[in-house]
Amino acid sequence: MMTVTPSHTANHHNKPRPPPTASTGIIGWLRKNLFSSLSNTILTLVAIYVLSLAIPAIVDWTFLSSQVSGETRFACKVDGACWAWVDQRFGQFLFGFYPEGERWRVVVAFILLFPALIPWLADGVPGQRYLRWFSVIYPVIATILLAGGMGLQEVPTHKFGGFMLNLIVGLSGIVLSLPIGILLALGRQSKLPLIRWLSVGFIEAVRGVPLITLLFVSNILLPIFLPPDVTLDSVVRVIIMVTAFASAYMAEVIRGGLQAIPSGQHEAALAMGLNYWKSMRLIVLPQALRISIPGIVNTFIGLFKDTTLVIVIGLFDILGIANAMVSNPDWLGLSTETYVFVAVFFFAVCFSMSRYSIWLERRLGTKRQ
Amino acid sequence: MNGKSARKTILTALRNFWFDRRGRGILLQLLILLSVALIIALITSNTIANLQRAGLTSGFGFLDDQAFFDINQRLIDYTSQSSFGRALIVGLLNTLLVSSLGILTATVIGFAAGILRLSSNWLVSRLVTAYVEITRNVPLLLQIILWWAILTGLPKVRDSISVLGAFFLNNRGLRAPSPDFESLFIWVSVVGLIGIIITVVIARWSRRRQLRSGETFPVASFGLLLIFVIPGLTYYMLGQPIDWDIPERTRFNFRGGFNITPELLALWIALATYTGAFISEIVRAGILSVSAGQSEAALSLGLRKNQTMRLIIIPQALRLIIPPLTSQYLNLTKNSSLAIAIGYQDLVSIGGTILNQSGQALEVVAIWMAVYLALSLVTSACMNWYNDRIALVER
Repeated sequence: MMTVTPSHTANHHNKPRPPPTASTGIIGWLRKNLFSSLSNTILTLVAIYVLSLAIPAIVDWTFLSSQVSGETRFACKVDGACWAWVDQRFGQFLFGFYPEGERWRVVVAFILLFPALIPWLADGVPGQRYLRWFSVIYPVIATILLAGGMGLQEVPTHKFGGFMLNLIVGLSGIVLSLPIGILLALGRQSKLPLIRWLSVGFIEAVRGVPLITLLFVSNILLPIFLPPDVTLDSVVRVIIMVTAFASAYMAEVIRGGLQAIPSGQHEAALAMGLNYWKSMRLIVLPQALRISIPGIVNTFIGLFKDTTLVIVIGLFDILGIANAMVSNPDWLGLSTETYVFVAVFFFAVCFSMSRYSIWLERRLGTKRQ
Repeated sequence: MNGKSARKTILTALRNFWFDRRGRGILLQLLILLSVALIIALITSNTIANLQRAGLTSGFGFLDDQAFFDINQRLIDYTSQSSFGRALIVGLLNTLLVSSLGILTATVIGFAAGILRLSSNWLVSRLVTAYVEITRNVPLLLQIILWWAILTGLPKVRDSISVLGAFFLNNRGLRAPSPDFESLFIWVSVVGLIGIIITVVIARWSRRRQLRSGETFPVASFGLLLIFVIPGLTYYMLGQPIDWDIPERTRFNFRGGFNITPELLALWIALATYTGAFISEIVRAGILSVSAGQSEAALSLGLRKNQTMRLIIIPQALRLIIPPLTSQYLNLTKNSSLAIAIGYQDLVSIGGTILNQSGQALEVVAIWMAVYLALSLVTSACMNWYNDRIALVER
């Protein structure tokens, strides 16, 4: 009898050999991602060179040779950044000229904003239905908290300022422009020619001009258009114009969503005996709005950045406060520090919103499949 | 008896009218027309009353009045004795100047960043991502002001930063050499123009031949030769007929050359980098939308990597890129109005000055809106024409 020795059979050879060391681990990663070809190697080396110049300089300016304490800029005796003003002016950057004793009201309004917003931004929040009712009354609560009344000391809106003003204008603009934008988007698709023309005319006229001219309109033309005895608060005027501006953009975003819904949905709703408004409210809009949410968030990011434009008509948002501080003799010449500081605020808010929008898009994408 | 039946017919007719969708549509539109007319009438009467109280006459007659203010950034002759109308034209030209500079630069930055972000090089794609995210998420107005603060914070004229001994950066902007064309230069332009015409003819011929026989012709290298190399040789043969006026440092300022103000420079850099970041996202999305099979097929047919990009990917991606690119160009033009924050005298800024001096708010705002709407329409028309040319022709 012969015994078959398995040494030379397939079994032995089939064991996979490990990949060559040059294609695994750190070396493999480096070769694949940084030095895969001559041009890639050159790009990598150039990038490393630029970074080696930039990063130490930035770190040095921001942290290592910076100073964080002092009464005025003359106390700063360093080459790097002078952050001494942050300690003194931080409140102004957040609240503008809002009375210091009353600033807790702004903080409370800001904290209450989260339970009002979150049920609309994500699903499966505990108590979602009650929270949605809360967000309906939130604008009233916030207005009372910010402007006063009901036993709270009244604060005139010209004291509003800083980052708080950006948030107020941005949030009111987006919340008010959503319903108007929906109506305009429906109007643009309407079968009634007059409604369609009016909607198209409004949308295109507003989208065709810069926001800055609309703000001028709010400042100069609104008082001319209104009866002489009616005066509008400057913040209210800005909110009106920002809302008009945002609704035109919102209308286009929602129109995109409406066009993505197959017309069979609307036809089926009509066949079931629903009228136009019911079919829109119950069938078409819920689907259309759902897929427009990423676009709506992007519109909001744009609008939020545009709230800095209020400085042109003399309001002191966070950028206005920064401008005022830069021209203050005590802190003259600290422009880079100040503007970088403001930029960090906007970056934090806008970047997280854009991440949220990407997350949402991905989730909607998986849901539809 | 007769009256009763007549009333009944009218009621039925009204009922039918109400329950008929067309009838209701007409009614609704009439109501809306009425309310719009009412609002317009209200606004008009208020405006007339308010203007009368302020003692203003409406109309565009004020455009001929003397302006009395100076404009230091101008492309055409203007003095403080010129009219408001001419001041507005100077402003419009400044808007067009910074917009076209911005659009050109933003397109280059955007395409480069969009392609580099998809690069297989990890470090480079991360760096470009950082650039895109930072510029996109910070307000443009803030970026304009920051650039302006940096540029006006540069050393004084005395300690200008010199680049290659011909460009000087200081707190008054960038001073660059200006070309002084001699009469012989006309021949260089003639040669260049002929080169362009021949290239266009060759390109058309080669396209037709390729469609017919599949043979290709190196149009790009030929064009390069005809448009750049031959005029360049002519330039040297004629003894370099451009006299560069290189700025010279005097005690307080520079002599010669021309100056780009820090306002224009700041606005240009900020608009180009900001819009460039948005364009790079559009380009990236366009390239990613071309299915991977296309590039795999091209590579397996033996095309090189850059050929695949140039001949297969980009032409297909452009179809998706052009429409949003148009709206970015429009945004850039509109955003150039933020110039007012740093004192670059564009249409809005000069209009604002005129508005303050003459009080003609309605007219100035009307001019702004008309000009920006016209610019939007012209840009869209151009881009739509280009879009139609490259659009997919389906059989």
